[in-house]
Amino acid sequence: MATRFYWPMVAAAVGFRLVLVLFGGDLHLASRPEVSTPLTSLRRLAEGYWLKQASMSPYSGSMYHGSPLLLTVLGPLTRTRSGGKHAHVYCSLIFVAVDFLAAMLIRATGRRLQMSRNISLKSLDLTKAVNNSANVCAGGIASLIYLWNPWAIVTCVGSCTSPIENLMVVIMIYGACSRLAPLAAFGYVLATHLSLYPAILIVPVILLLGYGPDAPPSKVFLLKSSSASKSDMSEYDKRTSLEVQHFSWMTVVHFIFWLFIWSCYVLLLSSIILKKVGGLNEMFGKTYGFILTVKDLSPNIGVLWYFFAEVFDFFRSFFLIVFNMNIIFMVLPLAIRLKHRPCFLAFVYTAIIAMLKSYPSAGDSALYLGLLGLFANELAEMQFTFFLFFGYIGVSLLSPVMHNLWIWRGTGNANFYFATGLAYTCLQTVLVVESVGSMIKHDRKLRLLVTS
Amino acid sequence: MAPPPPPSGTVLFLYLLLLFLLSTAAAASAAAPEEEFTEELLLRPLPDRKALAHFYFRSSAPPAATVGRHHHLFPKAISQLVKKYHISELELSFTQGRWNYEQWGGFDPMSTSNAKPPGVELWAVFDLPSSEIDATWKNLTHTLSGLFCASINFLESSTAFSAPRWGFKLNEGNLRYGALPREAVCTENLTPWLKLLPCRDKAGIASLLYRPSIYKGYYHSQKLKLRSSQSLGIILDQTLTVVLQPNTINDKQLHSNLGQLQPSWSMRHLFNRKLSGKCLVSKYSRIFIEFDKGIVDKVNKSGSDLSWNNEFFVLSNGPDRLIKGLNNLEVQSSFIYEYDVSNYSEEKPFDVGITWKLPLIWSCTPSPFHASRFLMGSGNERGSIALSFTSTNLQKIFGSPNDCSIKAVIFQMVPWYVKVYYHSLEIFIDGNRKTVSDVVDKIHVTPSEDKLLPGTLEMLLRFPCSMQSATLTLDFDKGFLHIDEYPPDANQGFDIPSALVSFPEFNSARNYPEIDPLLGSPLLENFQEDTVVKSYTEVLLVPLTTPDFSMPYNVITFTCTVLALYFGSLLNALRRRIGEEERELTKTATRHGLIRLLLAKLRGQKVNPTESGSLSESTGSKKLLFKVVLVAVAAVLFHYFSNNS
Repeated sequence: MATRFYWPMVAAAVGFRLVLVLFGGDLHLASRPEVSTPLTSLRRLAEGYWLKQASMSPYSGSMYHGSPLLLTVLGPLTRTRSGGKHAHVYCSLIFVAVDFLAAMLIRATGRRLQMSRNISLKSLDLTKAVNNSANVCAGGIASLIYLWNPWAIVTCVGSCTSPIENLMVVIMIYGACSRLAPLAAFGYVLATHLSLYPAILIVPVILLLGYGPDAPPSKVFLLKSSSASKSDMSEYDKRTSLEVQHFSWMTVVHFIFWLFIWSCYVLLLSSIILKKVGGLNEMFGKTYGFILTVKDLSPNIGVLWYFFAEVFDFFRSFFLIVFNMNIIFMVLPLAIRLKHRPCFLAFVYTAIIAMLKSYPSAGDSALYLGLLGLFANELAEMQFTFFLFFGYIGVSLLSPVMHNLWIWRGTGNANFYFATGLAYTCLQTVLVVESVGSMIKHDRKLRLLVTS
Repeated sequence: MAPPPPPSGTVLFLYLLLLFLLSTAAAASAAAPEEEFTEELLLRPLPDRKALAHFYFRSSAPPAATVGRHHHLFPKAISQLVKKYHISELELSFTQGRWNYEQWGGFDPMSTSNAKPPGVELWAVFDLPSSEIDATWKNLTHTLSGLFCASINFLESSTAFSAPRWGFKLNEGNLRYGALPREAVCTENLTPWLKLLPCRDKAGIASLLYRPSIYKGYYHSQKLKLRSSQSLGIILDQTLTVVLQPNTINDKQLHSNLGQLQPSWSMRHLFNRKLSGKCLVSKYSRIFIEFDKGIVDKVNKSGSDLSWNNEFFVLSNGPDRLIKGLNNLEVQSSFIYEYDVSNYSEEKPFDVGITWKLPLIWSCTPSPFHASRFLMGSGNERGSIALSFTSTNLQKIFGSPNDCSIKAVIFQMVPWYVKVYYHSLEIFIDGNRKTVSDVVDKIHVTPSEDKLLPGTLEMLLRFPCSMQSATLTLDFDKGFLHIDEYPPDANQGFDIPSALVSFPEFNSARNYPEIDPLLGSPLLENFQEDTVVKSYTEVLLVPLTTPDFSMPYNVITFTCTVLALYFGSLLNALRRRIGEEERELTKTATRHGLIRLLLAKLRGQKVNPTESGSLSESTGSKKLLFKVVLVAVAAVLFHYFSNNS
């Protein structure tokens, strides 16, 4: 069904965005705390560009905290105002294109995953057993989820730079899935440059480049090959099953080489842009430092802003360390447990980042919800989906209401809004835990099917 | 020529001594100026039935080298302050109420140099290398805070002061400016200020400062201005400007059919005091009564002369002198009657008043544009600051051509929690939007740094003369603060200090051609100084969102619980396989393992297992007992020791 109406639906999604951008008027989405954070706000970018034009450092004045590259690319577009339309209409048009590109890359990634899945299932002789229950075109679904996700639409229309950050993550995953080391390195370097947190995605990228896209655990293949050697399987199947094990160091070295080149290139460009105003040191302090030390306490959909607005000053550094480490803590256990499914690992990391990052926004959630679609087949038996679905809807309806009551009407207080943030974090926790659990269950099912 | 032969050595010595004394006395009288103190008071009727009183005290000390560290009249605290912090200029003002530029004038020296923003304003120019200025400023604020019983020390934090380059006063980066709009001004600030005067408020003009009557006024601004240089020494100007509502002397308010009479008043009615002579150490002690251009024009038009008893009003005493004032265009703009207080004494107290004979309606000369500032937008997330200029059609008075332009300089300081988007500057002239570069000649922005620096905006604008109104808007986001950063009454809101608008092409200086330059009246000298016309805008009150101040513990526990939930449940999900493997292991073991055998026996025949069970139970209970005893002993010991100590 999805494949049949795929292109009309993609066209409709893009058209919908264009309609909102061109004819929606100023929806005031740009200043919504759910949409734009201090890091991604296009208004702040325009201010940074203005400061740079006035031959001042774009980072002077705690306004702009993004990359200098974005400043040069998007900055000139923020200056031109067209009468009647909302201020950043040209930027929004770029974001529509960026979203479309990201969706296409997600689709291509989905195809690669599907292909490798079919090959591995075939080599395990389980095609019939597994595909009976569920077999949908995951890539198409994922890209449609990404395109039609209300949060992605709001992010795209609401003038913030998260679509570009999301695109870089998607490019990285696509490049790694199709073993294009330069592309993967490009996506990785830029994603890290733009928002720092994708740095932990180096683990899934290297696993993807080394082992190839997701496959059932190697133990299953070993079991299969041992059972196959008993029942005299053909040599060909054995070879393929052993090939899966092989870690291709060459690709990884290639990737690291390109990583080095791209990061040098990005740093060089940044230093050229900031040559006379500030410099790289100021850039690191004002971007990465700003991300890590949670200096801006304006409300967002996370929980850290309120925490750091309330926490006693002498505990501040301690909790900064704890919360930043919290993201890194889970990297290793997840990598050990899910190393055979690097793409899924990348999804889990993105979800954790979106949940625990210092300035989360709806755009981050749009990315991991889109990636979630890639594993529609594997996660078909996930629990609590009903609860999660309506939880997300409930939070996204309640959160603006609470924000309105607190900020605009003054009848509610900060605790109500914070409560929705807590609920949202809990929902994301449930989603991550359940998806990891059901993926592990799926692998077990495969093994049971092989052994039986 | 040799001295006469020695009558004796002592004569020579006396002769030399005499010579020395004479020469030193001559040197002292000729070269070294003495410390001086002058006291003056200027009274002026205002068009809105109020009266303005402007006290002016000047103490001056000659350059330090000639007198050393000793002072006769000059306050020692101030000279120490100047020397320690190397101040070349300083102005500190305490103001309550707002100067009404429309009614009380905006184009005379009174409004340009004595109208101050509400609260405390402090600026200082230091004679120091730029690296030491900030530290010196901090020390200075603390010293002044102690000296004047005010919270000037709040200006110490780097978020509270700025270093304007040309918007406030042209300087080479050695000027610092800070303002505390919310500082309440009262008699505890006046007393230390009076302490700097040699006669305090015991004698002389300062004795008129009867607290209940001067704090009853509509505007009250007490100022201290210091100038110091190697050649001048230190000059300390202390001024107090009050706008009072006079109690009318006579009940006859309405004049036949010409409308309402201005209230007649006298010094005794304004201050509830009479002036009994001058402060004895003062060099001059004078009282002026000034009449505005508006009155002068009316009186001239009616054909009568400006004597102290004319068709419109009569003064209760005949003045000692009459001074005509011209403005910078050499048009007669004011009329001053001078009284010398030294002619009066305890037995013959001085009182002067004005009685109106005819109703008179006049207006003061306004500044070229009336500037006001307001906030736009609702809610606690964002807003806009708007500065609006309304033309007072002054260029018509001056007869300038219509295609000219008027320069205006804006200096505005915003605290960091008002995050201004400078790129959002929009300018509307007569309702039409103009591109910024058409109007703004020069702009200098120091953007605010979170918790570090306030934002400073200095802008030179050029308005067409024919313009009726202009509006500048700047968008801002409201910051969110840590709970400790909110002041005690957080819901009252935060103040943005007044912006200063000056018109560099307009000069408010007065000229007194008839005046004897040796008259030495610091007040009139001050009026003759070149000062650009400037006006302060309103203080803005920005309400900021507050978090729940009682929540820190709840927030910490809730957040940590959620994170622990995430961490624990994810780890649990990851290690689930191990548990399952164990179960599988036990399952495989049950088929032919020991455990299964034991379990079967446990279920089937209860002979053996119960024994082992009871055994394990008994050992278990022993362990438990041991633990309980251990804990009890530890508790007893702890109790014992804690009681002992």
